[in-house]
Amino acid sequence: MSDTQFDKSWQKRTTKQELLLWLGWLALVAFFVFCWEVMNKNTIWAFVSDAPRQAMDIGSRMVPPRWDYLPSLMEPLWDTIAIATLGTLMALFMAVPVAFMAARNTTPSTRFVRPVALLIIVSSRSINSLIWALLLVAIIGPGVMAGIVAIAFRSIGFVAKLLYEAIEEIDAVQVEAVSATGASKAQIMDYAVVPQILPAFAGITVFRWDINIRESTVLGLVGAGGLGLRLQESLNVLAWPQVTVIFILILITVLVSEWVSAKVRHAII
Amino acid sequence: MSASAATSYPRTWTRPPFVKRAWLRWALYLGALVYLIVSVGSVEVNWVRVWEGLDRGVRFVQGFLVPDFTSRWEDILIGMEESLTMTVASTVVGVLISVPIGIGAARNIAPLPIYAICRAIIALSRSFQEIIVAILFVAMFGFGPLAGFMTLSFATIGFLAKLLAEDIEDIDESQAEAVRATGAGWWQIVNYAIQPQVMPRLIGLSLYRLDINFRESAVIGIVGAGGIGATLNTAMDRYEYDSAAAILILIILIVMAAEYSSGYVRKWLQ
Repeated sequence: MSDTQFDKSWQKRTTKQELLLWLGWLALVAFFVFCWEVMNKNTIWAFVSDAPRQAMDIGSRMVPPRWDYLPSLMEPLWDTIAIATLGTLMALFMAVPVAFMAARNTTPSTRFVRPVALLIIVSSRSINSLIWALLLVAIIGPGVMAGIVAIAFRSIGFVAKLLYEAIEEIDAVQVEAVSATGASKAQIMDYAVVPQILPAFAGITVFRWDINIRESTVLGLVGAGGLGLRLQESLNVLAWPQVTVIFILILITVLVSEWVSAKVRHAII
Repeated sequence: MSASAATSYPRTWTRPPFVKRAWLRWALYLGALVYLIVSVGSVEVNWVRVWEGLDRGVRFVQGFLVPDFTSRWEDILIGMEESLTMTVASTVVGVLISVPIGIGAARNIAPLPIYAICRAIIALSRSFQEIIVAILFVAMFGFGPLAGFMTLSFATIGFLAKLLAEDIEDIDESQAEAVRATGAGWWQIVNYAIQPQVMPRLIGLSLYRLDINFRESAVIGIVGAGGIGATLNTAMDRYEYDSAAAILILIILIVMAAEYSSGYVRKWLQ
């Protein structure tokens, strides 16, 4: 009496689901084609078809690199590292209070202070450091200082966001244990909250410092000092052999900073 | 009496120091201090220029309080249109290219030569910032959003392929084993054992990248790759801080909306 029929083949989805899925993909493709058309309204295709030749041309101009340009890049390199380090440091001073105001368990007021802190975090995060640099060069003038402040403004949101998430995840039991000894508010902060977030804090700092090194190498493009300034100068006079040297130096700097930050984070955690 | 006094416990407790070896600790502190002093000393600040610039700063803050959307609305619209279409197109193309590269860069399913090639592509794409890539692409393809599209696609590949490869390497091996036991070939393993495990995260990462690409599209315009960055740069060059503030406010709003909606979609997917 076994009249239960089983399907011979197995299907992941029902026919209706399959159809809907295809419809979704179709919509995505149509949307992409639409965007592509709108984007290329003003594209001059003659330039585009010329691109391989241009690439070859630039490539042939970039070698051999002009190595005797390297010594004069050491000062901008020092500036770049200073921008990243001092910018990170400046960001930490501003980000820590913002993070404590944004975390639900340490904020003085959920209704008034927390939204302001979150707004600071969002605005700082959505504006790239190059745009910050563009603004600050106009306001405080070209130079290393504008770079430092740009990096700092960009980093506040990043550091504060990660830090406030770390603060919200702390173990409440330890806070209670310390407060049970009769500790004051400041002592609870010092002995129960801070030790729990310190490893996260150090990790975030080093991580951001690594990103900042990367970003500070190009801040000079808008006049904020460092290696980017030399890059801009070389590009303006089409000195491609110098551009190659700068690219190689940037690459090495980025790789070294990545290695350092990986080592330090490994040692902390 | 004297015997009990001998076992005297410390009355106070101090925290263990950050670095155990005292000389190393002090050397680190001293090194950091010296570096700080030297690097702060090397920063040259033209205080007169800063003082003169302050009233520009005030004007900029005023611009933020009273942003001017109307007088450059046409330019802003064109810039936004370029930025948004560039973002969508580059994310789609970047994802399409990064999927095969990501699969190739996963050590558990790709043979060594392919693994090495794909990892090299990822390293190449990740080591240069978008802005430098944009400079090169603008030189090759001419000014305009196509160069920006190329830049963002290139950057997307490094980001997405790396994370996808790590995801594939972290999959639950027993499911792949079960599919393999049915006699499935390589394509079938990828399709039935790996794809279902990594798909939700791949979609989440693609949405995240969409977000990043929009933010970046606001920057690469500075070097001529089209988009809202070009409009912003022009506004700054003309000292029209109220228009610049309007553009920045629009960027922040779009980023916030993108972040919020992508979080919503990711929650819905899981």
